[in-house]
Amino acid sequence: MKHKVSLTINGKGREDEVEARLLLVHYLRDVAGLTGTHIGCDTSQCGACTILLDGKAVKSCTLFAVQGDGHDVKTIEGMAASDGTLHPIQQAFWDEHGLQCGYCTPGFIMAAAYLLDRNPDPSDEEIRKGLEGNLCRCTGYVNIVKAVQSAAQTMGRDQARPQPAATGE
Amino acid sequence: MIPAAFEYARAGSVQEAAELLNRFGEDGKVLAGGHSLIPLMRLRLAQPSALVDINPVGELNYIVAEDGHLRVGALVRHVDIHTSDKVRKNLPILAEVAEEVGDNQVRNLGTIGGVMAHADSAGDYPTLALILDAEIVTNKRRFAAKDFFQDLFTTPLEPDEIVCEVVFPVANGPHKYVKFRRRLFDWAIVAAAAQQLNGGWRVGLTNVGPTPVRCNAVEKALSEGASPEQAAEQASEGLTPSGDIRATPDYKRHLARVLTRRAIEASS
Ligand SMILES: Cc1cc2nc3c(=O)[nH]c(=O)nc-3n(C[C@H](O)[C@H](O)[C@H](O)COP(=O)(O)OP(=O)(O)OC[C@H]3O[C@@H](n4cnc5c(N)ncnc54)[C@H](O)[C@@H]3O)c2cc1C
Ligand code: FES
Ligand code: FES
Repeated sequence: MKHKVSLTINGKGREDEVEARLLLVHYLRDVAGLTGTHIGCDTSQCGACTILLDGKAVKSCTLFAVQGDGHDVKTIEGMAASDGTLHPIQQAFWDEHGLQCGYCTPGFIMAAAYLLDRNPDPSDEEIRKGLEGNLCRCTGYVNIVKAVQSAAQTMGRDQARPQPAATGE
Repeated sequence: MIPAAFEYARAGSVQEAAELLNRFGEDGKVLAGGHSLIPLMRLRLAQPSALVDINPVGELNYIVAEDGHLRVGALVRHVDIHTSDKVRKNLPILAEVAEEVGDNQVRNLGTIGGVMAHADSAGDYPTLALILDAEIVTNKRRFAAKDFFQDLFTTPLEPDEIVCEVVFPVANGPHKYVKFRRRLFDWAIVAAAAQQLNGGWRVGLTNVGPTPVRCNAVEKALSEGASPEQAAEQASEGLTPSGDIRATPDYKRHLARVLTRRAIEASS
């Protein structure tokens, strides 16, 4: 038996009929065609599949697509601006060399987005704790922590910078 | 991997969930946070014929402090236990333990009711429930924690029985939960809990047997004036933990003593 799901993905509404056993990650990749969300394990441990569900970081491999019904999903494809300008977290991973093979990167970026949303100015230790649910087999994490630190600075600056209208210029 | 096919229904209330479970029969299961059940289904270690999704059941999502008790609804997520002012004020050890369950992603979905019903020997809340004489309340009856955790993954819950809430006593005195593991998000290899309540100590261990363990001998030694170090020597008495890939039985007994001492000494 198929079930109707109606949800928002990266700001766009979508409706499909799915089998109950379809995992959200398979729905995103195989039905919605959003292959930026990766699958790195069969045990809910690696975090490669991390997305934001109603703004909260979750592992999309540990949720059925039917459970997404009525909810708001954000994936790595929804991070860059529509003109292609990278999100500050994406730019920071690029600048600080926060990846090697890149397989874990979408999950780390989504987990970092959740972390910075709740704690805009984290210490190195808070970043490591905040990203505990994501595994990287390549980098050794040092540059990932640096990237999140640098993204926090950029995002803090963008926030602090007065908007033209507010300055009256 | 892809889970085996199952029927799926969403419940809007406890009563509706019970009716659906009744209809689906013995192989039907509750789906809460999914963070124990779905991994098992992906490995096909679990193949329920039907899932009753209780996530929409609002009446199971509350935290109430009244009459010396803290009542936590079954559907409260780890993250909400950790950040709740009511929990921090009335049972701070529970808020601290919640932050140590899994990782952010796990905490955003996993529920306290799911941990209790799943009864994994490495589950963190069951140890607190046991040493604090908490009660597990279902849609049918109430259990003292000591009667609820019967064996590994084994509770007295019937197929159509739903955990509704966990009732803890208020305890805001000195306490500490010390969890030993290799990586931050791992389950405990062994963990020890210490809490002062009504002038005495409550001490317990996680993952040193099929169920959580209360360290009566340690509590008694402390009440007779033993130092934390002397008392903690008793922590491994009678324990027969099974070994696993991360620790031998002897190593777990060693950890039981060391972590119990640390938990008592670090209680504040
Ligand atoms: C990577 C990872 C790390 C983890 N680390 C820890 C850890 O360190 N410590 C820890 O304690 N846990 C840990 N967990 C498990 C996590 O806490 C789960 O959330 C929890 O064990 C189960 O709760 P759930 O809400 O996800 O339940 P589900 O997975 O939905 O259900 C688990 C079982 O309980 C039953 N059930 C659930 N709710 C009810 C209810 N209200 N009434 C009756 N039956 C019910 C289900 O039918 C199922 O059999 C970890 C999980 C993962 C994936
Ligand atoms: S794919 Fe590894 S946690 Fe989801
Ligand atoms: S960059 Fe290769 S796994 Fe992280």
